[in-house]
Amino acid sequence: MTSDDGRDGAGINRRKVLECMTWAGTGVLWTIAGGVPRSIGIVGEANAQAATPLTFLQISDSHIGFDKPANPNALGTLEEAIGKVRALTVKPAFMIHTGDITHLSKVKEFDDADQVISQARLDVHYVPGEHDIIDDEQKLYRERYGRGSNGAGWYSFDANGVHFIGLVNVANLKAGGLGNLGNEQLEWLENDLKGRSASTPIVVFAHIPLWVVYPEWGWGTEDGARALDTLKRFGSVTVLNGHIHQVMQKVEGNVAFHTARSTAFPQPAPGTAPSPGPMKVDDNRLRSVLGIATITFAPGQQRLAIVDTPLQG
Amino acid sequence: MTLELVRGAVAAAALQLAVLTATAFVAPARAEDMSVKIDNFTFNPPRVTVKAGTTVSWTNGDDIPHTVTSSAKLFKSKVLDTDDKYSFTFATPGVYEYFCSLHPHMTGTIVVEAATGSNAGP
Repeated sequence: MTSDDGRDGAGINRRKVLECMTWAGTGVLWTIAGGVPRSIGIVGEANAQAATPLTFLQISDSHIGFDKPANPNALGTLEEAIGKVRALTVKPAFMIHTGDITHLSKVKEFDDADQVISQARLDVHYVPGEHDIIDDEQKLYRERYGRGSNGAGWYSFDANGVHFIGLVNVANLKAGGLGNLGNEQLEWLENDLKGRSASTPIVVFAHIPLWVVYPEWGWGTEDGARALDTLKRFGSVTVLNGHIHQVMQKVEGNVAFHTARSTAFPQPAPGTAPSPGPMKVDDNRLRSVLGIATITFAPGQQRLAIVDTPLQG
Repeated sequence: MTLELVRGAVAAAALQLAVLTATAFVAPARAEDMSVKIDNFTFNPPRVTVKAGTTVSWTNGDDIPHTVTSSAKLFKSKVLDTDDKYSFTFATPGVYEYFCSLHPHMTGTIVVEAATGSNAGP
């Protein structure tokens, strides 16, 4: 990942790009070239004509059913995000959704989300957020998205030589703790990776950040380090999460961590508010903070161009 | 906890409130009810000491849903959306730890003491 950054470094480095992407509320387009995933742009004007064996999209935290002041119309902003996806000139291979599809795990919320997301006409690989498993019987998520998965909904699949692993760190949480994977899932992960070549690019996705972002707000995974330990022999590991409704990233050895923003509402930066609850911004600003920055990868120039495109205004 | 039980607990709490209102200035015949507010991802107050027989009510003031879940699996609310309320009556003395099963860093404690003297239950 870092050597990749160097090549982009002509004008704008990756960190700068991510900073500029902070408020775009749509999705992140990922490209895997040479086994190393990198974000090449926000949906909208991303141009993926470069030699890109695989491109895919991540959306997160659509919170369908949320109707509080921070965004009374979360379905509307999801629709706008999917509109951006449909407008892509190069179709991504598939989409991942890193959880909190719904706000309260209601049938209608899942129905509404499905109705909108299906308009992208892409395969979608889901993992649940804590908001997706709070129906009384905790079965709606698994009935819709968890078929063929293990335990609370974890699974893996391969695409173009990349091994994708969807993990669940929002189930059976323990008092006083953070996100949790649990022994059963960690053992499954070990078995899933057994026999795979260390040169296989790995993409892990889960709702809550696998690394500890801010424990005071529960932003981290209790036993995430155990999962990362299992992954350490691989040369390229990318961890994609949601939950914190803002972009955050770090690189540690061969592992690149990244969180996506929400399509529903922003949350405050760690420690900058009394709680991690939905952050209300001016109505005028909401549209401008949801889905603005378009980052374009210009082939041949090896650099990213950022276009500030608000949904309105 | 099933919905019926929750409803029962809420009804019981309402009944107790009515009884309390009627008798508050006459002779307190039983423990007073207690409220815990869920605010800014905290249970407030986080530690409450009550007499046996007290009904504790939690109200969610956040824009994000929470639950009230006993660490020992003795009680559990359904998911509480904004302004939703859950009540549980603590009949037996003891220390009851609880947390939010969605945001487990949120924890609280109810200490239940034996009901004595004029505060004894019927």
